[in-house]
Amino acid sequence: MAHAYTPGLKVIPCTVLKKKRLLPIPGKVLVGMGQQVEALDVVAQTQLPGKVFSVNIANRLAVAPEEIQNFILKKEGDTVKKGEIIAENKPLLKWFKTSVESPVDGTVETVSMLTGQVLLREPPRILPIMAYVKGKVVDVTPDFGVTVESEGTFIQGIFGIGGETNGEIAVVAASPDEDLPAEALNETHKGKIVLGGRHAGLATIKRAVELGVHAIVVGGIHDRDLRQLLGYDIGVAVTGTEKVGVTLIVTEGFGMIPMAEYTFKLLASRNGEKASVSGATQIRAGVMRPEIIVPGYPKNVTTCKKEEGRGWIEPGDPVRIIREPHFGVIGVVKSLPPELTKIGSESHVRVLEVDLPGGETLVIPRANIEVLEK
Amino acid sequence: MSNKDLEIIIATDCGSTTTKAILIEKKGDTYRQTYRGEAPTTVEAPFEDVTKGVLNAITEVEELSGRKILNGEHIITPNNGNTGADIYVSTSSAGGGLQMMVAGAVKAMTGESAQRCALGAGAIVMDVLASNDGRADHEKIERIRQLRPDMMLLSGGTDGGTVTHVVELAQFLKAADPKPRLGASYKLPVIYAGNNKAHQEIKDILDERTALIITENLRPTLEKENLMPARHKIHDIFLEHVMQQAPGYPKLMKMVGAPIMPTPAAVGVMTEKFAKANNFNVLAVDIGGATTDVFSVFSGVFNRTVSANLGMSYSISNVMAEAGLPNILRWLPFGLDEQDLRNRLKNKMIRPTTIPQTVEDLQVEHAVAREALRLAFDQHKALAVGLKGVQQERSISDAFEQTSSGQSLINLMDLNYIIGSGGILAHSPRRTQSMLMMIDAYQPEGVTMIAVDSIFMMPHLGVLAQVSEKAALDVFYNDCLVRLGTCLAPKGMAKDGQVIMDWELVEENGKRHSGELRFGEILHIPFESPKGRAIVKPAKGFDMGAGPGNKLEANIEGGVVGVVLDGRGRPLDLSKTAAKRIADLNKWYKAMEMYPI
Repeated sequence: MAHAYTPGLKVIPCTVLKKKRLLPIPGKVLVGMGQQVEALDVVAQTQLPGKVFSVNIANRLAVAPEEIQNFILKKEGDTVKKGEIIAENKPLLKWFKTSVESPVDGTVETVSMLTGQVLLREPPRILPIMAYVKGKVVDVTPDFGVTVESEGTFIQGIFGIGGETNGEIAVVAASPDEDLPAEALNETHKGKIVLGGRHAGLATIKRAVELGVHAIVVGGIHDRDLRQLLGYDIGVAVTGTEKVGVTLIVTEGFGMIPMAEYTFKLLASRNGEKASVSGATQIRAGVMRPEIIVPGYPKNVTTCKKEEGRGWIEPGDPVRIIREPHFGVIGVVKSLPPELTKIGSESHVRVLEVDLPGGETLVIPRANIEVLEK
Repeated sequence: MSNKDLEIIIATDCGSTTTKAILIEKKGDTYRQTYRGEAPTTVEAPFEDVTKGVLNAITEVEELSGRKILNGEHIITPNNGNTGADIYVSTSSAGGGLQMMVAGAVKAMTGESAQRCALGAGAIVMDVLASNDGRADHEKIERIRQLRPDMMLLSGGTDGGTVTHVVELAQFLKAADPKPRLGASYKLPVIYAGNNKAHQEIKDILDERTALIITENLRPTLEKENLMPARHKIHDIFLEHVMQQAPGYPKLMKMVGAPIMPTPAAVGVMTEKFAKANNFNVLAVDIGGATTDVFSVFSGVFNRTVSANLGMSYSISNVMAEAGLPNILRWLPFGLDEQDLRNRLKNKMIRPTTIPQTVEDLQVEHAVAREALRLAFDQHKALAVGLKGVQQERSISDAFEQTSSGQSLINLMDLNYIIGSGGILAHSPRRTQSMLMMIDAYQPEGVTMIAVDSIFMMPHLGVLAQVSEKAALDVFYNDCLVRLGTCLAPKGMAKDGQVIMDWELVEENGKRHSGELRFGEILHIPFESPKGRAIVKPAKGFDMGAGPGNKLEANIEGGVVGVVLDGRGRPLDLSKTAAKRIADLNKWYKAMEMYPI
């Protein structure tokens, strides 16, 4: 049977997920193999070396670099407090006395007679890594962290901002093609993962931040709103570190695009349950999409899908069109003609035929569809 | 083996996503590229062995050509009848290419020289640190800590000059204790190419924490730049350290008959060879999904820049951010709502493999491409400059001209040849689209020949040129370049409709074309002869390279597009009135037969 390789976003009622939770530098692993962990449990932590600050003693005291040894009060390895005097001159008249104070709490790392400079390092900072999802530790990477396995609903968005968070799912939009207005949000949504439908505007997102909503999941947003929210244009899709006060997950794309009905219904079926979400997106080597994970089985699901998606597409598969002039339209693959076809732009490309619910059939470049992986 | 024995050559370029193999065969006295194959690159999991992709790509060449090249995982050498190849060469940009951080004492002097050195060696420069780069010291240290380069180039000071700044940079580097990108087990290679008086101090500071390599100063005096010794060291370390850490590369290094080169370094070599062989000033560009590389050779001086975040898919939104929406919209021959354009470009960013299905959508991508090419060229012009900080002796007449050091080497009137590559230029549905995109972005002046490298063969040929320049140039002329034609663009400004040039074109077979060029129009003359002559007489105030109003005779190349007489003036100034601008664009696109509507 004809089939074609195609990327797709996962929307799976129940699957087995493995999440690697590793430190960027070696540290201590705090949980053991086989241990059950909650999303907020710290599984490993390390000490990040403190920031380094430089103080040019020679310039401050107006002496030659090699002369600072006569004036410096601290040696390498000494601890210093912020405001503590680390060097001072000894003038005949005390009115001419100049003192150099430490700008930070920390230790003296180096004293250079060549540059007349002292480097001070702040104390190390604790960096904890949480489990992120509820599950079981199935692998331990010594000194770095663990792999947590979890069974549950797994939904990928196409784009997100903001980091990992969690909370109960709260369905706010009544249907996947209903917008999420600011007025629909209230105090009860504090700490929740709010499910919208077609679109969330800037006012809605700002309202969510005010109320302390943990995350919004919605079909589409306008790029203009995103720019206003962040204060800058996202140039390259590497996100997850934004600090806007809410994690935002877009399931379809930019514009007014109804959420795929299947995605909406699946999320709605887990209303009131605890979910782990991340807005982190990376669309280059090592693709990463934003995600929503709801541990446990949805009602009426009894087994979890263990196999990976098959990675290609066949007639009968549901697909989403992801480029103009039919952006956002969902249909079913009718056929995959093997020959190159001339499209409207005059390029000769591989295409597929897509049947729409209304009975219409569209011819679309294969590069412009996304399989809806269930 | 001597070069004259080379008859069959197999070459690969291991890119981030695709590994491309080409077969080159000697036919009579000329080398020709005969077959090509490609396969997904296998650097990432689950394969984690680059040679798998290489073998797959070569297997495709075997199947197409009927020549047996592989014996298991080995390349059969030398060639014998229908078996084997005489040499196998390869370039690589897989795994993100060669990523470097450079440092210099003064940003505009040693900092810039260090940047040119690393870029010319084929690296992506992640950051340029300098004593006067405007950042606080702790910010510099934080930056060094955050980035994980493959290696670092430290320069600063002229030989015998002050050591303070470069020693300070070394101390920052030590305090940051940077880690290399690949493999946590080895020390970060640091090349020191600064003041020779500071060697001992640099050793004292960095020898323990880093893999320190000391070489000649890349700026021994303010008046002299000496980039080659440091560039050679970069290549050595690329092979000895970086490649050794990349999955499968130790195996690949044993397969090749000449050292593996970073892909951009190989393209640079080919650009230089082509420029030198023809005594041309050349501009070459490779516009990809994420980055745009620009190479130039002007008066024999080679320069390369890489605009890491200007590209047509992953970085398309950054082009919008840097160029601004009005600059993209100005190339569209129809009105488009800003919000619609924003959303379209963001949707391309998050789904980078999609392609334009409609003409309108294609025109949007072409508008973005012009701006990406223009911005990358602006960045190139800013770095391809004479040395800054050079003391100049001025006579009275010089004082009136007010020239300063650090002038750009790029002079569009002296530019002879533009070579474009990358999907948007190489695979446009119509070649006229590629040609006009480059003309609009670069605004060449006078006589400029334009071509595209349709399957991006320049990397293979650049690395091959190290072994056989003849083989590389033969294939470059005969199979790599798709000649589009020549652009004739008088420099000057006038009123719409005013005659600005009389022109005559003579094809190799004697066929003549002639006419007048009016201001504000584009004339497109089909001209397929590979060679020909142009005789042009610009009007008073207009220059074709022989001075304002002076007649010029020049050699030109025909091609699949032909000759484009660009009467829009220089600098190209699009109308500020939307209706007039759209009417002009439609007129020009129609003259070029750019689009089916």
